[in-house]
Amino acid sequence: MSTDGKFGDYGGQYVPEALMPAIEELEDAYERYVLGNEDGFMDEFRTRLREFGGRPTPLQRADRLSDRYDREVYLKREDLVHGGAHKLNNALGQVLLAKYMGKDRIIAETGAGQHGTATAMACAHLDMPCEIYMGKRDINRQRPNVFRMKLNGAEVNPVTVGRGTLKEAISETMRDWATNVEDTHYVIGSVVGPHPFPSMVRDFQSVISEEARTQAREKMGRLPDSVLACAGGGSNTMGAFAEFVDDDETALYAVEAGGSTLDVDEDAGVAPNSASLTTGSEGILHGARTTILQDHDGQIMESHSISSGLDYAGVGPELAYLVDTGRVTAVNVGDDDALTAFHRLSQMEGIIPALETAHAFGYLERVAGPDATGEHDGLGEFVVVNVSGRGDKDLESAIEETYERDIDIAPNMDEFTGGL
Amino acid sequence: MSLEDAFADGPAFIPYLAAGDPDYESSLEYVEALERGGADIIELGLPFSEPIAEGPTIQNAVVRSLEGGMTPTRFFEFVEDLDVSVPLVCMTYYNLIYRYGDDHGPRPFVEKAASVGIEGFVVPDLPAEESGPLREACDEFGLDLVFIVAPTTRGERLERMMEQVSGYVYVQARLGTTGAQTDVSDQTGASLDRLAGYDVPKAVGFGISSGEHAQRIVRSGADGIIVGSALVDIVAQGHEAGDDSETVADRLETLARELKDGAVAGASQRPPHPERT
Ligand SMILES: Cc1ncc(COP(=O)(O)O)c(C=O)c1O
Repeated sequence: MSTDGKFGDYGGQYVPEALMPAIEELEDAYERYVLGNEDGFMDEFRTRLREFGGRPTPLQRADRLSDRYDREVYLKREDLVHGGAHKLNNALGQVLLAKYMGKDRIIAETGAGQHGTATAMACAHLDMPCEIYMGKRDINRQRPNVFRMKLNGAEVNPVTVGRGTLKEAISETMRDWATNVEDTHYVIGSVVGPHPFPSMVRDFQSVISEEARTQAREKMGRLPDSVLACAGGGSNTMGAFAEFVDDDETALYAVEAGGSTLDVDEDAGVAPNSASLTTGSEGILHGARTTILQDHDGQIMESHSISSGLDYAGVGPELAYLVDTGRVTAVNVGDDDALTAFHRLSQMEGIIPALETAHAFGYLERVAGPDATGEHDGLGEFVVVNVSGRGDKDLESAIEETYERDIDIAPNMDEFTGGL
Repeated sequence: MSLEDAFADGPAFIPYLAAGDPDYESSLEYVEALERGGADIIELGLPFSEPIAEGPTIQNAVVRSLEGGMTPTRFFEFVEDLDVSVPLVCMTYYNLIYRYGDDHGPRPFVEKAASVGIEGFVVPDLPAEESGPLREACDEFGLDLVFIVAPTTRGERLERMMEQVSGYVYVQARLGTTGAQTDVSDQTGASLDRLAGYDVPKAVGFGISSGEHAQRIVRSGADGIIVGSALVDIVAQGHEAGDDSETVADRLETLARELKDGAVAGASQRPPHPERT
């Protein structure tokens, strides 16, 4: 795996000069503490992941899904990580690293609020002051997570520029960092941004595939035929894939948000999806060269997804590279199918997934469900789906969206309206 | 006239405005007012949707300009429509340069910029490590590439930058993003000292908002001053108050002259340069 910050032509460090010293300092800390385990950093990280974070998470057989899809479906239960998503793996790693580096203030951006809550929890746990930037629109979509951040003592700064989503929040956090680089560490929430972030976040998240690989061997006596993970920026994706990349027998599927349609309105500067791997093109965003949603001039487009955690116009450079080389297959699932999958998993397995995660299950249904043609089914016999997070945070928007969309397998709440 | 020539007759005053802010026609008037006020070089912003190096003032200008329909193609028309004779520097983010034209890379953008009379570039998200292709294209078409030196830039990074820079260096007066300040940081002096051995004009920017600031900065050794947010503020306030563009242009000219006069006054108070005496 690359440690020089380049994945083919992707990656790099496209940042304002004022940030370069901080980036170089971080690069140095990454090499020493994360790659070199200096001062026992990785040992402490692993211990805290276990005791505070609740790892390892199970690789659980999904019995009813296995019947439905007529194969062995296993769930990597990142929804059981403390806080309810894989995001803690990275947030804990970075906040701890900031401590080792002697920083005394943490900032972060958040889309779904999952990374924000994970960072706020890690900061409370490690006694660090914490400020979170979050788009105004996402604050409205994810109120429970905003409250959770505040419960853990973080300050939440609303970002009103543009459409008020993750992309604007990242830009805003970079500005704060440029102003306060000397004492502040920016805990970026996915495998995006300038080097060393994409590699470092992957390393913190690769505990997912490290465990899954061992667990697969224990349970099945072999490696899975395929691993599925949803992709926003791509951190749960890279975490679930990293240790399998060299296992050619395991197919890797990154499931992006197809939104309402894959067609793009260039003139309005709007992509009604967040499928940068499928519909985007090469460019430079937030410090890295990667695949992004942009118009013909190179202006970044507003993205869309029912799930705020996937609602981002870019994707990590390493994931973009692995898709280009053919090692990872990029696919996408739209809003309606994701929402239907959200209900299906809740009903069939007793697991309410994050709307982000539901996209991965939407893909499983499309290629292996009762209506599938079998034509695109490359999943094989033994399938692992990364359950990146739980859906508690999404209940408010799930109620709203379910009624707007008329999902046929959704529970009927009409009998209660008016009467209660 | 080349960028370096603009520093020949005393300190250069380098104002910045976002092209097309708040609309195409008024913006033409505003940029022209800067020349009347004494600008020696003008930095023209081509707005990018994710301006990560800008503070709120310029960020909002970028939003206004984009909403008014500014694009790279319009920007080049804007430059052609401008009636100014001082050299123009295009300030923008790398993705717009990289994506222009059909074959991805900086060459088509640079070629087009040269053809409309742009003299150089400032690209805040392009560090020296990644700037090879743009430097090459600039050499091919005879344009300058200005780099921003931060208060934290030193050692190898400074060396690498100084190998590639031409026209002038943009000395960032303090950490952070752009934005007018009431005081000017003393980090400036230290940065100028670090750059003393390099034979290229040093223009200081970030936070300068008055003639008095300009005077102090030039007195402490700067070859020029760069002023953005304080001027953009005038555009923003005029826009919000609904003032007519002529009034706003007059205000810009007045502040420009104050800044230019401050810079000139600062130069006359400067202790003689050790190497030049
Ligand atoms: C549960 C969950 N899954 C997935 C994502 C998408 O991020 P990434 O692609 O970095 O895993 C998020 C982002 O907030 C999330 O909360």
